[in-house]
Amino acid sequence: MNPMIEVVALDCLMLRLFDDIAEANMPWMLAASERLRAVFGEQLIDLVPSYTTLMVHYDLTVLSPNQARQLIAEALIDLSPNARRSGQCHVLPVWYDVSVGPELRLLAERSGLALEEVIRRHSGREYQVFALGFAPGFAFMGLVEEILAAPRLNTPRKKVAAGSVGIAERQTAAYPVVSPGGWNLIGRTPAKLFDRNRDGYSLMQPGDTVRFEAVSHAEFINLGGDDTPLEAQA
Amino acid sequence: MSRLTIEASTPLCLLQDAGRFGVRHLGVTQGGAADWCSMSWANWLLGNNLDATVIEITLGGFAVVAEEECWLALAGADLGARIDGQPLAPWRSFKLGKGQTLQLTQPLLGARSYLAAPGGFDAPKVLGSSATVVREELGGLDGTGLPLAKGATLSYRGESLLLREVPSALRPDLKANAPLDLVLGAQIGQFSGQSLFDVFNTAWTLDSRADRMGIRLLGSVLHYQGQPMISEGIPLGAVQVPPDGQPIVLLNDRQTIGGYPRLGALTPLALARLAQCLPGDRVRFTPVMQERAWHDHINYLKSYL
Repeated sequence: MNPMIEVVALDCLMLRLFDDIAEANMPWMLAASERLRAVFGEQLIDLVPSYTTLMVHYDLTVLSPNQARQLIAEALIDLSPNARRSGQCHVLPVWYDVSVGPELRLLAERSGLALEEVIRRHSGREYQVFALGFAPGFAFMGLVEEILAAPRLNTPRKKVAAGSVGIAERQTAAYPVVSPGGWNLIGRTPAKLFDRNRDGYSLMQPGDTVRFEAVSHAEFINLGGDDTPLEAQA
Repeated sequence: MSRLTIEASTPLCLLQDAGRFGVRHLGVTQGGAADWCSMSWANWLLGNNLDATVIEITLGGFAVVAEEECWLALAGADLGARIDGQPLAPWRSFKLGKGQTLQLTQPLLGARSYLAAPGGFDAPKVLGSSATVVREELGGLDGTGLPLAKGATLSYRGESLLLREVPSALRPDLKANAPLDLVLGAQIGQFSGQSLFDVFNTAWTLDSRADRMGIRLLGSVLHYQGQPMISEGIPLGAVQVPPDGQPIVLLNDRQTIGGYPRLGALTPLALARLAQCLPGDRVRFTPVMQERAWHDHINYLKSYL
């Protein structure tokens, strides 16, 4: 780890901790995040973590850029990885089916695996939540097995159904609300990923772990899932 | 409580305040008035908190009728405001008598006008703000992110009997063509030398592809020579350069993280000016040091005291 503090805007600094995406980054990212919240206190407006960086948006009416830089440096003193697994572990039920996950077949063809094997491998792993972004409650998770990795669609869909579960490169995610999107869709979860009435709003937070659990169509419907095929919604 | 009924509106007429904060790590965008300076002046005119809930009217097409006598204030773009057909200049507070209609027709100067009411317009706070973000279904009159619609009722509970103007020396000059201050970012050195010259020495034309997420600029093609980036937090005003080499300035409704290289970020004051530009307008950039831009900003905030 080679921390760097970069200027990103008049009232924002970027703390860059790593050069590459890795699961091993997370304990350090969580530790830095906690420290930054503590040293900035009320003067922190927003902290935006991503895979390798933490963007610090501070109150410019109280702190000069230099003071903010000093606080970040202070937060890094004797930083040690947050070893305890502080995050929650979520199990997301997923109905894997080509009617709601049209790229299931494409991934099977690319990998040379049977459909059931693609499902088994995607659901057979515990993923970390690296970052939230793109849309409220949209969690970037990883890493999926190399054999399931696939580039984003050349032309993003104008409309992806809420709950759609997808893969892009070695990341996986579920769409909290209807939105445009270019990920390879493989199924749908009935879980409510973002709820303004829930404490903390987002089901998943950076540092949490997630496992997908394959459920039958009947279970999916029982859990409140909407099985409208993707094409019918477009 | 005083009420107004909306007689005409467009998808670009939105309740706004300063935006949502403390929630960016959840993927929730900022939202809020694109020209925060004019929003603040509209509130200042009535003695409100500078970030009280206002109506952002972009390009006109908005009309309200007062159900009771109302005190209101208008700041920002000149959208040809009229009260029962009589012209009303912006940058002042005014009385709208019971039954009178306030209408904003079309952009005469600038793009966005801000209408304020004593104490702010009533709207639920969703995740701490009433800012309308259509894409995220957050904010607005009922909290679900809908633009203001014809037939809806606006209300406010505050009182103000202030009738005043923003002193002309303090009004943002919407005709100004001074270059926009750009705080240089970490990737600036990874653009080609020619690109760096072009950024600061050529004019950039606002594309028609512009909304509250971002404004595309057309001009010289910029070349980024660095490594592909891993997505990271995006500040307000970031100027990102996608592979087509044409910069996009990111505004209030931007995505929270993204992976295009950036030239840096416009200062909040520069961004407020850009938010008043229309497609086809031309702008220039000038580099500014973070510390210097901070001093300018703090000085500007004193003008509201």
